[in-house]
Amino acid sequence: MAAHPFNEHIPSLRRYAIALLRDRSLADDLVQDTLERGLKKFTLFQKGSDLRAWLFTLMHNLFINQLSTSRKWLHNTPPVDVPSGDDLAEEMVTARDFMQALQLITAEQRAIILLIGLEQLSYEQAATVLNLPVGTVMSRLARARERLRVLMNGEAGPQLRRVK
Amino acid sequence: MTHTPTLSEDDIQAYVDGRLSASRHSEVDAYLDNNPAERERIRAYQDQNALLHGLFDHVLDEPTPEHLVNVTTLKPARKLYRVAAVMAYVIIGGISGYVLHGNDTKTVIVQAPFTERAALAHVVYTAEMLHPVEVGADQEPHLVQWLSKRLGHPLHTPELNKFGYQLVGGRLLPGDSSGAAAQFMYQTHTGARLTLYVSVKDKGTAQTAFRIDEQDGQQVMYWVDDNLSFALVGEKDRNRLLDIARVAYQAMSF
Repeated sequence: MAAHPFNEHIPSLRRYAIALLRDRSLADDLVQDTLERGLKKFTLFQKGSDLRAWLFTLMHNLFINQLSTSRKWLHNTPPVDVPSGDDLAEEMVTARDFMQALQLITAEQRAIILLIGLEQLSYEQAATVLNLPVGTVMSRLARARERLRVLMNGEAGPQLRRVK
Repeated sequence: MTHTPTLSEDDIQAYVDGRLSASRHSEVDAYLDNNPAERERIRAYQDQNALLHGLFDHVLDEPTPEHLVNVTTLKPARKLYRVAAVMAYVIIGGISGYVLHGNDTKTVIVQAPFTERAALAHVVYTAEMLHPVEVGADQEPHLVQWLSKRLGHPLHTPELNKFGYQLVGGRLLPGDSSGAAAQFMYQTHTGARLTLYVSVKDKGTAQTAFRIDEQDGQQVMYWVDDNLSFALVGEKDRNRLLDIARVAYQAMSF
């Protein structure tokens, strides 16, 4: 039996959802909901158009709906307490700070950075997924990256929490 | 002499993402050579992209959890199960007098009680050769986490090696009105299968010690704790079944 056309996209949907939600079980639930929604709506998908962007659009809409109807994903993504950096190599400290900084930007900012920086969607694809004009995507991307940079440099914003 | 290109923020973002044409890319490069502060800012953005890949690309190499693949590939099996389940409910219900035919031919199907659901799930899925479980034992932590979340209570997989049973995996099943149910499947090296069925406790059910119930010629060992009902099906020897139940009870009481 030939694999379903959705299947080749599951790994990147999972990567995105895990990075977005920081909780594997919530992420897999979101992927599952996306695939189920996709199966139901597959007749509406136009053959030959961009299946990957279409699936990411479904996922983004589910994510946004959940954000507005319940705050569970927000409550699930507080800045995490992590061990102090004394015995961690420098790059691990950087990675840890980056993970924390990612939690301090808004979910929408995180989504835009992940779609473009991690999933390598084109700016046009990201605009489709987010249902925004390309110009808005570009300006939001710039703001999100600058916010992350500032957080990483500790120049402003809430302090990252350190525990011993 | 050399003309300084005006640099938009869009150019900078596209430079970071490597999406400029070669000629525009070198123009921006030339500009950045004279603007170390801007160069530094852009490097920070490029580092963000590199960090994202470093932190999350490993997900791509993970095997896709079976329950996700099943969404697109297992439709026939699920459908078959639903048909089998509905038929079994009707048959069991009919025998037990649960299906009430009034003169107006109204039919009331009362959902099968807990031990019947456990026995039914055992029969249906131990017979499955291709897809006995949704998530395999190779993903045990994921399996336990997933089912615990779906049932709303922490679950554990009992270690049954000393009885010759090894975990095959598990699946999520429809429970009664109180919520979902989980099935863990074990197998001996000869292929004999044992299932542990866990369901959110039916409302109004009291706690019980270990009890035996007969369902369709299957012995079902069951017990009920504060929140969950448990049933073991598939072992014919009653004493062994009780010993296994004790181990499972201990494992689940953490």
